[in-house]
Amino acid sequence: MSATDQRPDTRASDGHRSGGGPAGTLDRAPRRRLGVSTVAVYLVAAVVTVATLAPVVYAVLGAFRSTGQITADPVGLPDPWISDNYVAVLTSDTFWRQALNSTVVATLTTVIAVGLGVMAAYALSRYQFRGREALYTFFTLGLLFPLTVAILPLFLLLRQMQLTDTTLGVALPQAAFALPMTVVILRPFLRALPDELEDAALVDGCGRLGFFWRIALPLSGPGLITVGVLAFVQSWNAYLLPLLVLGSPDAYTLPLGVATFSTQYTQDTAAVLAFTSLAMVPALVFFLLAQRRIVGGLTGAVKG
Amino acid sequence: MPTHTPVTPGRATARPGGPARARRGSTGNDWRRRAEVALLVLPALALFLTFVLVPMVQAAYYSLFNWNGLEALDDFIGFGNYSLALGDPVFRDAIGHNLLIVVLSILIQLPLGLGIALLLNRDIRGRGVLRTLIFVPYVLAEVVAGVIWLLMLQPNGVVDEAMASVGLGGLRQLWLGDPDVVLFTLMVVLTWKYVGFAIILFLAGLQGVPQELHEAAALDGASWWQTQWNITIPLLGPTIRIWVFLSMIGSLQLFDMVWIMTGGGPANASSTMVTYLISQGFERFRFGYGSAVAVILFAVSFLLAITYQQLVMRRDTAPTSGRVR
Repeated sequence: MSATDQRPDTRASDGHRSGGGPAGTLDRAPRRRLGVSTVAVYLVAAVVTVATLAPVVYAVLGAFRSTGQITADPVGLPDPWISDNYVAVLTSDTFWRQALNSTVVATLTTVIAVGLGVMAAYALSRYQFRGREALYTFFTLGLLFPLTVAILPLFLLLRQMQLTDTTLGVALPQAAFALPMTVVILRPFLRALPDELEDAALVDGCGRLGFFWRIALPLSGPGLITVGVLAFVQSWNAYLLPLLVLGSPDAYTLPLGVATFSTQYTQDTAAVLAFTSLAMVPALVFFLLAQRRIVGGLTGAVKG
Repeated sequence: MPTHTPVTPGRATARPGGPARARRGSTGNDWRRRAEVALLVLPALALFLTFVLVPMVQAAYYSLFNWNGLEALDDFIGFGNYSLALGDPVFRDAIGHNLLIVVLSILIQLPLGLGIALLLNRDIRGRGVLRTLIFVPYVLAEVVAGVIWLLMLQPNGVVDEAMASVGLGGLRQLWLGDPDVVLFTLMVVLTWKYVGFAIILFLAGLQGVPQELHEAAALDGASWWQTQWNITIPLLGPTIRIWVFLSMIGSLQLFDMVWIMTGGGPANASSTMVTYLISQGFERFRFGYGSAVAVILFAVSFLLAITYQQLVMRRDTAPTSGRVR
């Protein structure tokens, strides 16, 4: 299969070796030599970690304080710990509705982008037809078309189609803009399936659509997950398109909700921190679950 | 991008003659094949045309009109919007901000990201956890990150107080309120948000650098730093060049973080091409004018992309260096 698929294995074996596997002897010499600088490495690692996490920790802890506490002592720890802010957000309909909206929009985007993308990628990798490479180039050109450039006409189009304030109005354009990446990542995956496999399936009377459905799709699972995760995360975090398309608060996704909440409660820092902290939980959980795929996807996108 | 390798020659020629495709003469089969291709490709093509290509072309068309997006599209003014936009000092500043962000992003994030990636590529305990943590800011929504930083940077906020507590109180600033400072404040936040992407990309690239080379160099008496500088970094070249490309495109498209934290202010000091586009198009309903700005934005991105591709990345995509799959 493709390189994307093998990478986690490479990493795993790396880790194994550092754990003192058979190749441990190779590593030992340099490691001992660098004994002093290893301390420096840990130091840098610590600094990097603190710098990375400080804002997140600030938000999560800050929300356990009251705005009064924060104003009096911006740097301090919660004293006493107050859970009111979190409780208020978690018991409000707004937060849950927006989380649900985000989930629906991102899921729909992902399903459309991956579904249509893998179909196109299959045709572009395993059928010979005139204009195939031209069509592929056409899709890849989409990588150079940012949503921002098309945003004004897109808005008018969606209004004309009466898709403003709807889930589809956000999901369809997002899926369309995710298509190029999907096709570009999936085509090598599908191309890498051995011809013999296809020929065998054809001889057995499978048909090429049957081969696509029964064999190619299941075998390209890792690639599908990669592009799926990329499309999902992008859609989940999106701000500009939802900002323009979704006018009514009932349709807001979480990023819109966070922006609105933070302007509404400007004076109440603790409340804003609570809302913001809770809004980042789903993305973080999803990231931790799919971490390997995100990294693998980026790797795959960069090195064929 | 070299994601796909061009058709492997051996295979392209072998295909049509292959056993399963020997019945090529039969037109029934041919029609069936065409129908299948259409069935597979048309839905994606329709979606792409409707929501990507047509709006792009429309933007170019609208840019030639003086139009508010509501009334009839009949006030054709040719390139009037373009000369108006390029003559507006606010927009010229916005382009300047974008280009400054492009340059600063590379100058700051490349050494920082590369250094951290090289360090993390070594055998240290907790490396996996560290890699995950470093990626956290990149995964957070721009809005979420922007709101958190907005609160941290407010006057007498945690940033000011933390600096005061380590004796740097004299450096207090109106981080987001001072036109001379705001862009550099944004650079710090952008670095925080996006350097993790560079690190992860470089770490991924480093996995393609064979360990044996390091060992050989070490045997020859090369120091760690010499090995990195002379072997690892050159081998990481393609990854670095792609990161620079992605970073440039991203810097030109910058919107969410800026919009949330400053709205392009104060006094347009942190405006970008996209914040300008949105405020002109959607707050003042200047759809024709906004479209011209969009086209200029596209032209700048496209020119930069093509130039970079031709000058820097060409060797990566040359057939000889392409990895054969």
